[in-house]
Amino acid sequence: MEKLNNEAILNLIQGAFPNDVLFHEEPYGLLTIEVTAAKGHEIIEWLKNHETLSVNYLTNIAAVHYPEDAGREFAVVYQLHSWKNLFRLRIKCYLPKENVSIASLVDIFPGANWMERESYDFFGVEFIGHPDMRRILNEDSMDYFPMRKEYALEDDTREDKDDRYFGRNNQ
Amino acid sequence: MGKIDDVEVINGEGYQLTTLDKAIGLARANSVWPLPFATSCCGIEFMATMGSAYDLSRFGMERMSFSPRQADLLIVAGTISKKLGPVLKKVYEQMSEPKWVLSVGACACSGGIFDTYSVLQGIDRIIPVDVYVPGCPPRPEQIIDGVMNIHELVKNESNRRRYSDEYKHLMQNYNIEIEDGKAE
Repeated sequence: MEKLNNEAILNLIQGAFPNDVLFHEEPYGLLTIEVTAAKGHEIIEWLKNHETLSVNYLTNIAAVHYPEDAGREFAVVYQLHSWKNLFRLRIKCYLPKENVSIASLVDIFPGANWMERESYDFFGVEFIGHPDMRRILNEDSMDYFPMRKEYALEDDTREDKDDRYFGRNNQ
Repeated sequence: MGKIDDVEVINGEGYQLTTLDKAIGLARANSVWPLPFATSCCGIEFMATMGSAYDLSRFGMERMSFSPRQADLLIVAGTISKKLGPVLKKVYEQMSEPKWVLSVGACACSGGIFDTYSVLQGIDRIIPVDVYVPGCPPRPEQIIDGVMNIHELVKNESNRRRYSDEYKHLMQNYNIEIEDGKAE
């Protein structure tokens, strides 16, 4: 079997999903592709079950907020790893702020469960089909998603901090 | 009982008189059982305080009570996140009277450097605190100084502090239920 390099992997994916790979790059040699959010689940499942590629490990799921990028404010980033072929792969899906939701990967990788809950906790990304979509780290009564870039660094409305202890005035 | 000198006494031939309050205060102050609620680096300093170099057991405190039921002194050492707040409050509520609280370190006292959405900005937002020890983290000497201040409180406080209106009012402010003492 010829060695799988980034180009060969990309060609295989593009061959199977010609319309869904929107963008690709190789920062520091790590193949990174952007795919349509609606097809993310299908592509990752295909990668896992593919006979040659066999991308069998989900390293991480993370969310990113790009508040100035209209129509694609939220990115969900999947880091995948093939233990059989020893290559890594990054897949990005962009979501609009009006509908921050994407299909859950729990049915493919059970390990996605807590990672998706974390992304929901901090960014409010809804993972459709997740068996237990609730906060994981923050207190349940929290009514906002703290890692979104929607808040001033110094939040004047907070009532739980006492400026006297921090050596600064409210003025 | 070298410490008996701290208490006002009347000495006579074959007897020694003092008030019950003072005698009990002295006994209590030298047998405080601490409950260490240590969450981070201040907890490490507290471990040093308990260790042989600083040796908190000199003051009758060698017995750590990891059950709140038998503890007299709650030592909160470290960052308390908002999610941990209710747990800390429950631990405090489960301690039997009389009880004291020592807040060790900047985080427990004020939130410290963690000026953020997830960290409680001082444990005195959920439970009453008797003595604050500043520092990030405080050295064992400072923690011992805080403990000495607790001892002063224990010695000099009324044994019936928990039935005073002031104490009841304080507990009401924190939404903590206490027995009203009518049974005694």
